[in-house]
Amino acid sequence: MGLLSKKDVALIKDPLFDNNPITIQVLGICSALAITAELKASIVMSISVMFVLGLGNVVISLMRNIIPSKIRIIVQLIVVATLVIIVDLVLKAFAYELSKTLSVFVGLIITNCIIMGRFEAFALGNGPWRSFLDGIGNAVGYGLILIAVGFFRELLGSGTLLGIKVLGDPIEKTGLYAFGYENNGFMLLSPMALIVVGIIIWVQRTKNKALIEEN
Amino acid sequence: MEHIELFFKSIFIDNMVFATFLGMCSYLAVSKKVSTAVGLGAAVIFVLAVTVPLNWLLDQYILQEGALSWLGEEYASYDLSFLSFIMFIATIATMVQLVEIIVEKFSPSLYNSLGIFLPLIAVNCAILGGSLFMQSREIPSIGLALTYGVGSGIGWFLAILAIAAIREKIRYSAVPPALRGLGITFIITGLMAIGFMSFGGMLTGGDEKKEEKPKVEAKVEKEKIKKEAKEIVAENTNIN
Repeated sequence: MGLLSKKDVALIKDPLFDNNPITIQVLGICSALAITAELKASIVMSISVMFVLGLGNVVISLMRNIIPSKIRIIVQLIVVATLVIIVDLVLKAFAYELSKTLSVFVGLIITNCIIMGRFEAFALGNGPWRSFLDGIGNAVGYGLILIAVGFFRELLGSGTLLGIKVLGDPIEKTGLYAFGYENNGFMLLSPMALIVVGIIIWVQRTKNKALIEEN
Repeated sequence: MEHIELFFKSIFIDNMVFATFLGMCSYLAVSKKVSTAVGLGAAVIFVLAVTVPLNWLLDQYILQEGALSWLGEEYASYDLSFLSFIMFIATIATMVQLVEIIVEKFSPSLYNSLGIFLPLIAVNCAILGGSLFMQSREIPSIGLALTYGVGSGIGWFLAILAIAAIREKIRYSAVPPALRGLGITFIITGLMAIGFMSFGGMLTGGDEKKEEKPKVEAKVEKEKIKKEAKEIVAENTNIN
């Protein structure tokens, strides 16, 4: 590891599980849950956030000494908004259908608390390279939860993964459906996203007792 | 009538928290006590009521395709809608700052109760979400935009009030240790969202039902015809 020191590795690794942005820091839930009914949308969302957070962290970290602290929130918002516009235009150009499914939630990356949270907590006090690693680490941690939720919701809800019918065909009764298995359409509705995240938190805290909160 | 319908729709059916998960971060972070939840909720209603109509004006007269035609014919073909994110968020951030200053000047008591929450609101997804939904649902007039803003604000207020009340009570319950705090809040919110889904049919009664019925009958008839045809085919094959 010539490129990454031990501290740098920790920067990437920590947010994946022990300091996960969604389940521990409670950041970035807003724009996340509504789009997790399909795995594909979750993956695209994670990549978008990774792009915005990685680059945004670098930009803010480069400007950290010249931003007056009184107007830093507006400056941060403008930086994020610019990056999000890039993401939005790229999605509209290359994945129009998907950008319709994501609808306003691409725009809502701007107010995704994960981004402002990392800017405030990390990029304002650290150099660009470390900020970049921190951004990527947090975005991956965020993406992991999103993809896990998307995986379960698409698998149980419509019996597919990325649109591929992994459990057989529900109409022609092949695969699992031949034994009387039915899709749980409820998983596709938005409330189930919350419950799935709740269960993920439950599993995670059962494994790592140190994370358990007081009531 | 239009106003009342949109008002109830934005409070119950398209509730910010339960239907679209907007403003979840502050919803989870500030819902430990009812009193603070009420303060934040009131601030959200206030800011949404100001920013949604304002962004409606921006969208109508600057951002939409052809919106600049009031400047002269040569501007009619401009489409600035790609700038809407940056314009909306800038408006929201400045409005929040402005509202903070005005409230501090004219009503110190209100400022003391709302004050600490106002800066938080600039990055509350519910505020930007309100403006973005207003844009994507193409709300036709500024009056309706105001109704939509206030309605969604009240919806958010109701949601945070309800969860704060539940969380105050849940302190006395035996929650499994690993679920305590965040986990159980998520699950309760999920259950509340399922409850709110029952409002979904509230405004779809009446006209739509009348239209749907003949369709269903037509489908049934089609299926009957199909069945008969199949039986005839089966009979024929039996004869053969």
